[in-house]
Amino acid sequence: MADAMNARQPEGSVPQDDPIAAMLTADGVLTPAAEREAAVSDDRLRELYRLMVICRRLDSEGLNLQRQGELGLWGPYTGHEAAQVGAALAMDSTDWIFPYYRDFAMAVCRGIDPGAILTIFRGLAHGAWDPYEYRFGPFIIPVGTQVPHAVGFAIGCKLDADPIAVLVGFGEGATSTGDWHEAMNFAGVFKAPIVFLCENNQWAISVPMRDQVAGSIAARAAGYGFPGVRVDGSDVLSVHAIVRAAAERARRGGGPYLVELLTYRLGPHTTSDDPTRYRTEADTEPWRQRDPIAHCANRLKARGAFDAAFEQAVGSEAEARAVQMRQTLLNAAVPHPATVFDAVFANPPASLVRERDEFIAALEPEGGRSAANPLPPEGGD
Amino acid sequence: MATLTMGKALNLGLNDALARDRRVIVFGEDVGRLGGVFRVTDGLRDEFGEGRVFDTPLAEATIAALALGLAIKGFRPVAEMQFDAFSYPSFQQVTSNIAKYHTRTLGACPMQLVIRIPYGGNIGAIEQHSESPETYYVHTAGLKVVTPATPADAYALLTAAIQDPDPVIFLEPKARYWMRQEVDLPLPPAALDRARIAREGHDATLIAYGPTVQTALAAAEAAEGEGISLEVVDLRSLSPLDLETISDSVHKTRRAVVVHEAPVFMGLGAEIAARLMHDLFDTLAAPVERVGNATIPYPPSRFEKLFVPDVDRVLEAVDRTRAY
Repeated sequence: MADAMNARQPEGSVPQDDPIAAMLTADGVLTPAAEREAAVSDDRLRELYRLMVICRRLDSEGLNLQRQGELGLWGPYTGHEAAQVGAALAMDSTDWIFPYYRDFAMAVCRGIDPGAILTIFRGLAHGAWDPYEYRFGPFIIPVGTQVPHAVGFAIGCKLDADPIAVLVGFGEGATSTGDWHEAMNFAGVFKAPIVFLCENNQWAISVPMRDQVAGSIAARAAGYGFPGVRVDGSDVLSVHAIVRAAAERARRGGGPYLVELLTYRLGPHTTSDDPTRYRTEADTEPWRQRDPIAHCANRLKARGAFDAAFEQAVGSEAEARAVQMRQTLLNAAVPHPATVFDAVFANPPASLVRERDEFIAALEPEGGRSAANPLPPEGGD
Repeated sequence: MATLTMGKALNLGLNDALARDRRVIVFGEDVGRLGGVFRVTDGLRDEFGEGRVFDTPLAEATIAALALGLAIKGFRPVAEMQFDAFSYPSFQQVTSNIAKYHTRTLGACPMQLVIRIPYGGNIGAIEQHSESPETYYVHTAGLKVVTPATPADAYALLTAAIQDPDPVIFLEPKARYWMRQEVDLPLPPAALDRARIAREGHDATLIAYGPTVQTALAAAEAAEGEGISLEVVDLRSLSPLDLETISDSVHKTRRAVVVHEAPVFMGLGAEIAARLMHDLFDTLAAPVERVGNATIPYPPSRFEKLFVPDVDRVLEAVDRTRAY
């Protein structure tokens, strides 16, 4: 595990003169000079801390809700807070983010109502937000397939000469898929304004990093014609500064950049998973010691920007946000089942409209449908 | 009025769409400097520039995914798959993402894109250049699937497909790229959900699409010499299916033969036969016949004429419906 935790730059992953790589120490954290240069203010760092604490609390509430039967499934992201919050806040509001299914904290950072997102995991709908409103794509389940979508969008930004950077999130398991490699290649060929963000959490469900990737993920970027760096994904400051620099580079026409964040999934893959079947507490313990929230608190303390009052205020806010998320979820109306027909097409053919009408007619008692209550069960109170 | 091949009609359809709407872009393997392996995109890069007509690396999944991403950005992508079987690497992107993105974003992100796929056999080629994959696509909710049988329809359906807000799989019968027709351009866009009566008749209905429409028309011509009047329905749209036009025709003729190059097993003929049985159970004078390929990988070219529907096999099927 010690090797997996080492964020040292892999051989040949970055050109000698890459200014972003030069921001990092051998251990994948900002050098003191780069930290001064990045000038992340105390307020900004406190904001990053605040969102990490809120998101961790929302994660535990998601887990609670699933255990209480209110959600069909929950995919915990505790351990990823620095990665997701640090990266999401590094992007401008005009930039776009294409997430993978675990990027819940990124969605929260973009201002999407977490209680609304949970309706997806409650089985009420397949989506919960307008991507144009938040510049945040839908959660994509087939692993790695969102990566070329983001590249396509980024190529569009380049064709339109928009000063927009695109961020795409994925895990290390996704880097084994063909779509990921194809997307990396297309991005390199078209010099797309995109930041590839690998949240390398060491486990693709049960398969450890060593059985998933030969060599290094960051080093693969070089083969596609752009740099890749490995960053300590427990350090929100480093994540934030590096992703911000990579996004600025993309907006300036510098092309793609790969950021591999070494992080850890402290919980199960999803609530359907049992990590005791494939890893021990001893595997996890060293990563608990690198808790991103504690790490950030230490950085703030070193700056004299952290005290008990702040910690308490953030904790209370997180608690309130969790309560609010639960309430939003439990109050979410169950849509009429026929709404499943509504968004299949923008311009639906008459045959589908007819199918919908037949479905609605069959829901009527005289339609003879045997189910006493065709609606999904109502949510709790 | 000009005499056009289907390939040229498609080329002009793309040209006019590119000229009409600055957001239309065309890309795929070899579509730029080469003009496509079938020359459907010939000259378009020179006319509209590399920003709007461009070659991509050789990776079909990402060609499809690019169309998705560009559609979100507000482009109207027209992506080319080089051959039928070469569309399979893009299958996950098409079925899991393109077909479902509109639903997954609650209608916020229409997938206004077209994926062109040359399909079908009869060109003396290997199996992966001769396949008929339409059933895979029509079985996926969220896609529209169309296929022209004539140069005029190639132009009019392609125009409509590019303008439609939903993802359209545009299947081009490659054996018919060189068929000629007098066409008066520009044609208005065709409806994406309507079949066409290609020939009127009253003794039986031949239901065909894409490459087999010409075969069905030739069969009808031959049958006329024997005093048999065959109606030919050209489906044009495979999803949705214009069951109204099919039913109206078969209601009149009471006999139906579905003709496609794809294997008969689970082909479109199965759905059409089931619908006709359901809707016209008392009207049908004979079971619906189906003519198509055997359940084999597309055969070596030496034998393909034995497996692609031809006039004789179509007329034999007609005879069976008449003898029932």
